Amino acid sequence: MAGPMARGAPDGAPLLEVRGISKSMGGKLLLDDVSLSLSRGELKVLIGPSGGGKSTLLQCVHFLTIPDKGDVLLDGESAREMGKRNICLFRQEIGMIFQDFNLFDHLTARDNVAVALRRVKRLRKAEAHGRALAELERVGLGDKAGLYPAQLSGGQKQRVSIARALAMDPKVMLLDEPTSALDPELIGEVLNVIQSLYEGGMTMLMVTHQVGFARHITKEILFMEDGRITERGSPEDLLAEGSLSRAGAFCSKLSEVTGR
Amino acid sequence: MIDDFPQFLVSALYIVRGTGWTAALILGAMSLGLLVGMPLAALQVYGPKPLRAPLAAYVWFFRGVPILVLLYLVYFGLFTYAQGPFEGFSWARSAFSPFSASLVALGLTSGAYQSQIFRGAILSLPEGQYRAAMALGFTRFGAVTRIVLPQAARLSIPAWSNEYSILLKDSAIAYVLGTSEIMNRARSIAFLSNRILTFFLLAGILYLLLTWLGVRALRALERRLAIPGLGQGEA
Repeated sequence: MAGPMARGAPDGAPLLEVRGISKSMGGKLLLDDVSLSLSRGELKVLIGPSGGGKSTLLQCVHFLTIPDKGDVLLDGESAREMGKRNICLFRQEIGMIFQDFNLFDHLTARDNVAVALRRVKRLRKAEAHGRALAELERVGLGDKAGLYPAQLSGGQKQRVSIARALAMDPKVMLLDEPTSALDPELIGEVLNVIQSLYEGGMTMLMVTHQVGFARHITKEILFMEDGRITERGSPEDLLAEGSLSRAGAFCSKLSEVTGR
Repeated sequence: MIDDFPQFLVSALYIVRGTGWTAALILGAMSLGLLVGMPLAALQVYGPKPLRAPLAAYVWFFRGVPILVLLYLVYFGLFTYAQGPFEGFSWARSAFSPFSASLVALGLTSGAYQSQIFRGAILSLPEGQYRAAMALGFTRFGAVTRIVLPQAARLSIPAWSNEYSILLKDSAIAYVLGTSEIMNRARSIAFLSNRILTFFLLAGILYLLLTWLGVRALRALERRLAIPGLGQGEA
């Protein structure tokens, strides 16, 4: 795992490379030749109107949805070339955080984190439980290990789901609007966890409408519309007062609504 | 024929002892149905597409053919042919008995119905949990058996207790093959003694008792397996 020192190091190959991904569903073109790359320790933010293809893009990067065209390379390894049988190995290396958490309702917080360690990574029970508790501590939920998802608040659920992803030692994390389903007062606790992951050197691609957070955490914003990345640039360039970018207009409209 | 009390008691006990056979029959049939129904449901939802039509055909067949016809088909059809190569083996007689024919016919039918119960339960689960499991690197099989089915099974228990009571009542038809269960015994005693009302009433009470016990046991199981914090305040 790269330390903070490795961040943005211009040492050649990117950690994650998305090459010309296209995807159609039901006769509608959802992604149209999308490419992007992430260096080790980098965080990029995807913004744009809903229906613009942001979630589909994350699903395709993860190969949870197989793109029609294009490929994803993680540390130089092609998802396409892994084939059907090994794609599970590829997925293990990418953590995914969903808007509505998708915790396993029948398992405690601890077992939500431990189940993939046991069944996918084949760790022994005690080892998996130990690791799960450590990850829950890391997101500040060590005392909630024995509770079931239905007994947790939205913010706590999302932190459990982050712990669950972290336990697999992912090289990259994809976050699909991690705070959109949360009550306003719970957003902060989740953003704090994401911030500390970033500071710890985690490579992340994040879809969010938290413009303020995006502005201070990322060096590059990707604006997505109609299945294409139409603008990319630093928050200063795209979101500056008086900027003519689509991203700027979109974000100021968001701020009008949310007051942030 | 039965005029004195001791003889009445012996006859009644003979019928009561049929309860064991009925219980064994439905427990066996429920289990066989579970074994058939659970994978059937999982495959219908998550399985490869070419498999779905034959699976649907299975369900269509067993839901459409009367249980009486199935009993005859299994016993006089399937078992007669299957028995051939094993003639002379001592175990063959009990393996291909009316009891096992009834168990197979009832179990396969119950499998068709149970698959529909599980299928409904699987489809009612939030799809995101399956995706989350896949995102963690689970195989399809792992995601279904570790994440989807344990929850679907819990959701199925209320409908399952319904299936239990239907199966219990269907099991009475097994008497036509000579399975030594409650109905068969009640029938022979009732007609022999000419106390038809008494003994069929006894049979009815025994079936009621079994229904009551089974439904209670399943409700206890439902409570025991309930997920804390989930579904509270719902029926």
